[in-house]
Amino acid sequence: MSKFAKKKDGDVPAVSTASLPDIVFMLLFFFMTVTVMKDSTLKVENTLPNASETKKLEKKDRVIYIYVGKPTSQYEKVFGSEPKIQLNDKFAGPSEVGDYILQERAKKAQELQNVLTTALKVDKNANMGLISDIKQELRKVNALKVNYTTYEGDAFMNLNR
Amino acid sequence: MSKREEVPKVNAGSMADIAFLLLIFFLVTTTIETDVGIDRIMPATTNTFKGKILERNIFRIEVNNKNELRVEEELVEIEDLKGIVVDFLDNGGAVREAPDFCDYCKGNRDVSSSDNPSKAIVSLTYTRETGYGMYITVQNELIAAYNKLRNRESQRLFQVNYSTLMEQYEHPGTSSVVKERLKERITQIQNLFPQKISEVKVE
Repeated sequence: MSKFAKKKDGDVPAVSTASLPDIVFMLLFFFMTVTVMKDSTLKVENTLPNASETKKLEKKDRVIYIYVGKPTSQYEKVFGSEPKIQLNDKFAGPSEVGDYILQERAKKAQELQNVLTTALKVDKNANMGLISDIKQELRKVNALKVNYTTYEGDAFMNLNR
Repeated sequence: MSKREEVPKVNAGSMADIAFLLLIFFLVTTTIETDVGIDRIMPATTNTFKGKILERNIFRIEVNNKNELRVEEELVEIEDLKGIVVDFLDNGGAVREAPDFCDYCKGNRDVSSSDNPSKAIVSLTYTRETGYGMYITVQNELIAAYNKLRNRESQRLFQVNYSTLMEQYEHPGTSSVVKERLKERITQIQNLFPQKISEVKVE
Protein backbone atom coordinates (compact mmCIF):
# COMPACT_ATOMS: atom_id res chain seq x y z
CA MET A 1 0.00 0.00 0.00
CA SER A 2 2.82 2.33 0.71
CA LYS A 3 3.45 2.54 -2.99
CA PHE A 4 0.25 4.44 -3.41
CA ALA A 5 0.46 6.43 -0.23
CA LYS A 6 -0.91 9.89 -0.79
CA LYS A 7 1.42 12.77 -0.39
CA LYS A 8 0.68 14.97 2.48
CA ASP A 9 -1.42 17.95 1.47
CA GLY A 10 0.27 21.30 1.19
CA ASP A 11 3.69 19.92 0.50
CA VAL A 12 4.64 21.92 -2.57
CA PRO A 13 7.86 20.68 -4.16
CA ALA A 14 10.69 23.23 -4.21
CA VAL A 15 11.29 25.00 -7.53
CA SER A 16 14.48 23.75 -9.07
CA THR A 17 17.12 26.45 -9.28
CA ALA A 18 19.46 24.35 -11.34
CA SER A 19 18.90 26.48 -14.44
CA LEU A 20 19.45 29.75 -12.64
CA PRO A 21 23.18 29.90 -13.49
CA ASP A 22 22.34 29.30 -17.15
CA ILE A 23 19.90 32.18 -17.19
CA VAL A 24 22.35 34.50 -15.50
CA PHE A 25 25.12 33.45 -17.86
CA MET A 26 22.84 34.21 -20.77
CA LEU A 27 22.28 37.73 -19.44
CA LEU A 28 25.99 38.09 -18.82
CA PHE A 29 26.87 37.15 -22.39
CA PHE A 30 24.24 39.52 -23.71
CA PHE A 31 25.77 42.42 -21.84
CA MET A 32 29.30 41.39 -22.74
CA THR A 33 28.47 41.48 -26.43
CA VAL A 34 26.39 44.64 -26.72
CA THR A 35 28.33 46.96 -24.43
CA VAL A 36 31.78 48.45 -24.49
CA MET A 37 34.08 49.48 -21.67
CA LYS A 38 33.72 53.03 -20.48
CA ASP A 39 36.78 54.95 -21.53
CA SER A 40 36.22 58.19 -19.73
CA THR A 41 33.77 59.27 -17.10
CA LEU A 42 31.31 61.74 -18.44
CA LYS A 43 31.23 64.93 -16.50
CA VAL A 44 28.69 66.56 -18.79
CA GLU A 45 25.12 65.77 -19.62
CA ASN A 46 25.13 63.98 -22.91
CA THR A 47 21.75 63.35 -24.46
CA LEU A 48 22.64 63.08 -28.11
CA PRO A 49 20.22 64.24 -30.78
CA ASN A 50 18.51 61.84 -33.17
CA ALA A 51 19.14 61.57 -36.88
CA SER A 52 18.07 59.17 -39.57
CA GLU A 53 20.67 59.76 -42.29
CA THR A 54 23.55 58.43 -40.26
CA LYS A 55 26.74 56.63 -41.07
CA LYS A 56 28.50 54.16 -38.87
CA LEU A 57 31.75 55.29 -37.31
CA GLU A 58 34.20 52.67 -38.41
CA LYS A 59 37.30 51.64 -36.57
CA LYS A 60 37.48 52.97 -33.06
CA ASP A 61 41.21 53.56 -33.11
CA ARG A 62 40.74 56.30 -35.70
CA VAL A 63 38.40 58.40 -33.65
CA ILE A 64 39.02 61.27 -31.27
CA TYR A 65 36.11 62.13 -29.02
CA ILE A 66 35.03 65.54 -27.83
CA TYR A 67 32.13 65.81 -25.40
CA VAL A 68 30.04 68.92 -24.99
CA GLY A 69 27.19 69.58 -22.62
CA LYS A 70 26.01 71.09 -19.38
CA PRO A 71 28.13 69.98 -16.40
CA THR A 72 26.31 67.33 -14.40
CA SER A 73 24.74 68.28 -11.07
CA GLN A 74 27.89 67.16 -9.27
CA TYR A 75 30.03 69.73 -11.09
CA GLU A 76 27.40 72.39 -11.57
CA LYS A 77 28.42 74.33 -8.45
CA VAL A 78 32.01 74.70 -9.60
CA PHE A 79 31.66 75.01 -13.35
CA GLY A 80 28.25 76.63 -13.72
CA SER A 81 25.35 75.46 -15.83
CA GLU A 82 26.51 76.71 -19.23
CA PRO A 83 27.52 73.96 -21.68
CA LYS A 84 31.20 73.06 -21.43
CA ILE A 85 33.68 71.03 -23.42
CA GLN A 86 35.09 67.87 -21.92
CA LEU A 87 38.38 66.57 -23.27
CA ASN A 88 39.42 63.24 -21.78
CA ASP A 89 38.56 63.74 -18.12
CA LYS A 90 38.84 67.50 -17.85
CA PHE A 91 36.71 70.49 -18.64
CA ALA A 92 38.30 72.77 -21.18
CA GLY A 93 37.78 75.97 -23.09
CA PRO A 94 37.45 76.14 -26.87
CA SER A 95 41.05 77.33 -27.23
CA GLU A 96 42.38 74.05 -25.79
CA VAL A 97 40.69 71.91 -28.42
CA GLY A 98 43.42 72.41 -31.01
CA ASP A 99 46.20 71.31 -28.65
CA TYR A 100 44.17 68.33 -27.55
CA ILE A 101 43.66 67.16 -31.12
CA LEU A 102 47.36 67.53 -31.90
CA GLN A 103 48.25 65.60 -28.76
CA GLU A 104 45.82 62.79 -29.51
CA ARG A 105 46.95 62.69 -33.11
CA ALA A 106 50.58 62.29 -32.05
CA LYS A 107 49.60 59.29 -29.91
CA LYS A 108 48.15 57.41 -32.87
CA ALA A 109 50.13 55.26 -35.25
CA GLN A 110 51.83 57.08 -38.10
CA GLU A 111 49.67 55.60 -40.85
CA LEU A 112 46.46 56.55 -39.05
CA GLN A 113 47.33 60.18 -38.43
CA ASN A 114 45.86 61.37 -41.68
CA VAL A 115 42.62 59.44 -41.53
CA LEU A 116 41.42 60.47 -38.08
CA THR A 117 37.84 61.47 -37.45
CA THR A 118 36.75 63.78 -34.68
CA ALA A 119 33.52 62.60 -33.11
CA LEU A 120 31.55 65.41 -31.54
CA LYS A 121 29.30 64.06 -28.84
CA VAL A 122 27.21 67.07 -28.13
CA ASP A 123 24.19 67.37 -25.89
CA LYS A 124 21.18 68.38 -27.91
CA ASN A 125 20.48 71.35 -25.68
CA ALA A 126 23.85 72.95 -26.34
CA ASN A 127 24.11 76.07 -28.47
CA MET A 128 25.78 76.36 -31.85
CA GLY A 129 28.07 79.13 -30.58
CA LEU A 130 30.30 76.72 -28.70
CA ILE A 131 30.13 74.16 -31.50
CA SER A 132 31.23 76.64 -34.12
CA ASP A 133 34.13 77.70 -31.86
CA ILE A 134 35.18 74.05 -31.70
CA LYS A 135 34.82 73.67 -35.45
CA GLN A 136 36.96 76.74 -35.99
CA GLU A 137 39.66 75.25 -33.77
CA LEU A 138 39.46 71.94 -35.59
CA ARG A 139 39.89 73.67 -38.90
CA LYS A 140 42.98 75.44 -37.61
CA VAL A 141 44.69 72.12 -36.87
CA ASN A 142 43.41 70.60 -40.08
CA ALA A 143 41.14 68.04 -38.43
CA LEU A 144 38.51 68.41 -41.09
CA LYS A 145 36.66 65.14 -40.83
CA VAL A 146 34.02 65.41 -38.17
CA ASN A 147 31.21 63.15 -37.13
CA TYR A 148 28.27 64.53 -35.19
CA THR A 149 27.46 61.46 -33.14
CA THR A 150 23.75 60.88 -32.83
CA TYR A 151 21.26 58.23 -31.95
CA GLU A 152 19.50 56.49 -34.77
CA GLY A 153 15.98 57.88 -34.81
CA ASP A 154 13.57 60.47 -36.06
CA ALA A 155 15.33 63.82 -36.43
CA PHE A 156 12.17 65.77 -35.68
CA MET A 157 12.31 64.53 -32.12
CA ASN A 158 15.20 66.95 -31.49
CA LEU A 159 12.92 69.93 -31.53
CA ASN A 160 11.38 70.81 -28.23
CA ARG A 161 7.91 71.63 -29.24
CA MET B 1 40.86 -3.81 -0.89
CA SER B 2 37.66 -1.99 -0.86
CA LYS B 3 36.07 -0.65 -4.02
CA ARG B 4 37.55 2.61 -5.22
CA GLU B 5 35.60 5.44 -3.74
CA GLU B 6 33.62 7.62 -6.11
CA VAL B 7 34.66 11.20 -6.51
CA PRO B 8 32.20 13.41 -4.66
CA LYS B 9 30.20 15.82 -6.81
CA VAL B 10 31.23 19.42 -6.73
CA ASN B 11 28.48 21.57 -5.37
CA ALA B 12 27.27 23.86 -8.12
CA GLY B 13 24.94 25.84 -5.93
CA SER B 14 27.16 28.90 -5.89
CA MET B 15 27.51 29.01 -9.66
CA ALA B 16 24.61 31.44 -9.92
CA ASP B 17 26.22 33.75 -7.40
CA ILE B 18 29.45 33.79 -9.34
CA ALA B 19 27.64 34.49 -12.59
CA PHE B 20 25.69 37.30 -10.92
CA LEU B 21 28.91 38.79 -9.68
CA LEU B 22 30.34 38.82 -13.19
CA LEU B 23 27.11 40.20 -14.62
CA ILE B 24 27.06 43.05 -12.15
CA PHE B 25 30.70 43.83 -12.88
CA PHE B 26 29.90 44.16 -16.57
CA LEU B 27 26.82 46.23 -15.89
CA VAL B 28 28.84 48.77 -13.94
CA THR B 29 31.93 49.06 -16.07
CA THR B 30 30.41 49.15 -19.54
CA THR B 31 28.04 51.35 -21.42
CA ILE B 32 25.92 50.84 -24.49
CA GLU B 33 27.47 53.33 -26.86
CA THR B 34 26.22 54.61 -30.15
CA ASP B 35 28.68 54.71 -32.98
CA VAL B 36 26.56 56.29 -35.65
CA GLY B 37 26.46 59.91 -36.65
CA ILE B 38 26.40 62.46 -39.42
CA ASP B 39 29.70 62.66 -41.27
CA ARG B 40 30.92 66.04 -42.46
CA ILE B 41 34.10 67.27 -44.04
CA MET B 42 34.86 70.85 -43.18
CA PRO B 43 36.63 73.15 -45.61
CA ALA B 44 40.22 74.00 -44.80
CA THR B 45 40.86 77.52 -43.53
CA THR B 46 43.07 78.26 -46.50
CA ASN B 47 40.46 77.12 -48.94
CA THR B 48 38.45 80.20 -49.80
CA PHE B 49 36.35 80.24 -52.87
CA LYS B 50 36.93 83.00 -55.35
CA GLY B 51 34.72 83.57 -58.30
CA LYS B 52 31.20 84.53 -59.04
CA ILE B 53 28.20 82.46 -58.03
CA LEU B 54 24.85 83.39 -59.45
CA GLU B 55 22.27 84.21 -56.85
CA ARG B 56 19.82 81.74 -58.34
CA ASN B 57 22.27 78.90 -57.68
CA ILE B 58 22.41 79.64 -53.97
CA PHE B 59 19.80 78.23 -51.66
CA ARG B 60 19.77 80.22 -48.45
CA ILE B 61 18.69 78.59 -45.22
CA GLU B 62 18.70 80.59 -42.03
CA VAL B 63 18.11 79.39 -38.52
CA ASN B 64 17.76 82.23 -36.04
CA ASN B 65 18.26 82.25 -32.29
CA LYS B 66 14.67 81.19 -31.66
CA ASN B 67 15.27 78.09 -33.79
CA GLU B 68 13.00 79.42 -36.52
CA LEU B 69 13.79 78.28 -40.01
CA ARG B 70 13.84 80.65 -42.95
CA VAL B 71 14.36 79.63 -46.54
CA GLU B 72 15.04 82.50 -48.94
CA GLU B 73 13.74 84.83 -46.22
CA GLU B 74 10.45 83.03 -45.82
CA LEU B 75 9.43 81.14 -42.72
CA VAL B 76 8.99 77.44 -43.41
CA GLU B 77 8.28 74.41 -41.30
CA ILE B 78 11.16 72.01 -40.82
CA GLU B 79 9.03 69.15 -42.13
CA ASP B 80 8.82 70.87 -45.53
CA LEU B 81 12.53 71.56 -45.83
CA LYS B 82 13.49 68.27 -47.49
CA GLY B 83 10.93 68.73 -50.26
CA ILE B 84 12.01 72.31 -50.95
CA VAL B 85 15.69 71.34 -51.10
CA VAL B 86 14.92 68.48 -53.48
CA ASP B 87 12.99 70.87 -55.72
CA PHE B 88 15.88 73.32 -55.72
CA LEU B 89 18.61 70.75 -56.45
CA ASP B 90 16.63 68.90 -59.05
CA ASN B 91 15.43 72.05 -60.79
CA GLY B 92 17.83 72.06 -63.74
CA GLY B 93 16.92 75.54 -64.93
CA ALA B 94 19.57 75.82 -67.65
CA VAL B 95 18.15 75.79 -71.14
CA ARG B 96 18.73 72.85 -73.45
CA GLU B 97 21.39 74.66 -75.51
CA ALA B 98 23.40 75.84 -72.49
CA PRO B 99 26.59 73.95 -71.56
CA ASP B 100 25.35 73.14 -68.08
CA PHE B 101 22.03 71.74 -69.19
CA CYS B 102 20.96 68.97 -66.85
CA ASP B 103 19.56 66.00 -68.75
CA TYR B 104 18.75 63.86 -65.73
CA CYS B 105 16.88 66.48 -63.71
CA LYS B 106 13.18 65.95 -63.25
CA GLY B 107 12.44 69.32 -61.63
CA ASN B 108 10.35 72.27 -62.73
CA ARG B 109 13.09 73.80 -64.94
CA ASP B 110 12.38 77.15 -63.33
CA VAL B 111 14.81 79.75 -64.71
CA SER B 112 14.91 81.63 -61.40
CA SER B 113 16.13 78.55 -59.49
CA SER B 114 19.32 76.47 -59.79
CA ASP B 115 20.85 75.80 -63.22
CA ASN B 116 22.33 72.42 -62.57
CA PRO B 117 22.78 70.21 -59.47
CA SER B 118 26.55 70.56 -59.78
CA LYS B 119 26.20 74.34 -59.54
CA ALA B 120 23.65 74.36 -56.75
CA ILE B 121 24.97 75.47 -53.38
CA VAL B 122 23.11 75.22 -50.12
CA SER B 123 24.07 77.95 -47.71
CA LEU B 124 23.23 77.40 -44.07
CA THR B 125 23.35 80.34 -41.70
CA TYR B 126 22.99 80.05 -37.96
CA THR B 127 23.60 82.17 -34.89
CA ARG B 128 25.41 81.46 -31.65
CA GLU B 129 22.11 80.82 -29.88
CA THR B 130 20.79 78.31 -32.40
CA GLY B 131 20.18 74.99 -30.67
CA TYR B 132 22.35 72.03 -31.58
CA GLY B 133 19.30 69.78 -31.88
CA MET B 134 17.82 72.08 -34.50
CA TYR B 135 21.12 72.25 -36.37
CA ILE B 136 21.35 68.46 -36.53
CA THR B 137 17.77 68.22 -37.74
CA VAL B 138 18.47 70.68 -40.54
CA GLN B 139 21.67 68.84 -41.49
CA ASN B 140 19.77 65.59 -41.43
CA GLU B 141 17.09 66.94 -43.74
CA LEU B 142 19.70 68.29 -46.16
CA ILE B 143 21.45 64.95 -46.35
CA ALA B 144 18.09 63.22 -46.69
CA ALA B 145 17.33 65.42 -49.71
CA TYR B 146 20.67 64.60 -51.35
CA ASN B 147 20.25 60.92 -50.59
CA LYS B 148 16.77 60.87 -52.08
CA LEU B 149 18.05 62.27 -55.37
CA ARG B 150 21.13 60.06 -55.35
CA ASN B 151 18.96 57.02 -54.73
CA ARG B 152 16.80 57.98 -57.67
CA GLU B 153 19.73 58.34 -60.05
CA SER B 154 21.33 55.17 -58.77
CA GLN B 155 18.08 53.30 -59.37
CA ARG B 156 17.96 54.67 -62.90
CA LEU B 157 21.57 53.83 -63.77
CA PHE B 158 22.28 50.68 -61.78
CA GLN B 159 18.85 49.54 -60.56
CA VAL B 160 20.06 49.68 -56.97
CA ASN B 161 19.81 52.27 -54.22
CA TYR B 162 22.73 54.59 -53.52
CA SER B 163 22.52 53.72 -49.84
CA THR B 164 22.83 50.03 -50.72
CA LEU B 165 25.94 50.79 -52.77
CA MET B 166 27.44 52.65 -49.82
CA GLU B 167 26.58 49.82 -47.43
CA GLN B 168 28.21 47.28 -49.71
CA TYR B 169 31.24 49.49 -50.11
CA GLU B 170 31.69 49.90 -46.36
CA HIS B 171 31.00 46.26 -45.57
CA PRO B 172 34.26 44.68 -44.34
CA GLY B 173 33.62 41.47 -46.25
CA THR B 174 33.58 43.12 -49.66
CA SER B 175 36.54 42.14 -51.82
CA SER B 176 38.75 44.83 -53.29
CA VAL B 177 37.74 44.02 -56.85
CA VAL B 178 34.08 44.60 -56.04
CA LYS B 179 35.06 47.67 -54.05
CA GLU B 180 36.75 49.22 -57.06
CA ARG B 181 33.65 48.78 -59.14
CA LEU B 182 31.41 50.11 -56.39
CA LYS B 183 33.64 53.12 -55.89
CA GLU B 184 33.36 53.96 -59.56
CA ARG B 185 29.60 53.88 -59.35
CA ILE B 186 29.49 55.84 -56.13
CA THR B 187 31.66 58.61 -57.53
CA GLN B 188 29.54 58.73 -60.63
CA ILE B 189 26.40 59.28 -58.55
CA GLN B 190 28.16 61.75 -56.28
CA ASN B 191 29.22 63.77 -59.29
CA LEU B 192 25.63 63.99 -60.46
CA PHE B 193 24.53 65.46 -57.14
CA PRO B 194 27.62 66.79 -55.34
CA GLN B 195 27.02 67.91 -51.78
CA LYS B 196 27.82 71.59 -51.63
CA ILE B 197 26.80 72.88 -48.27
CA SER B 198 28.35 76.04 -46.96
CA GLU B 199 27.95 77.10 -43.37
CA VAL B 200 28.08 80.61 -42.04
CA LYS B 201 27.82 81.71 -38.46
CA VAL B 202 26.53 85.19 -37.81
CA GLU B 203 26.86 86.97 -34.49
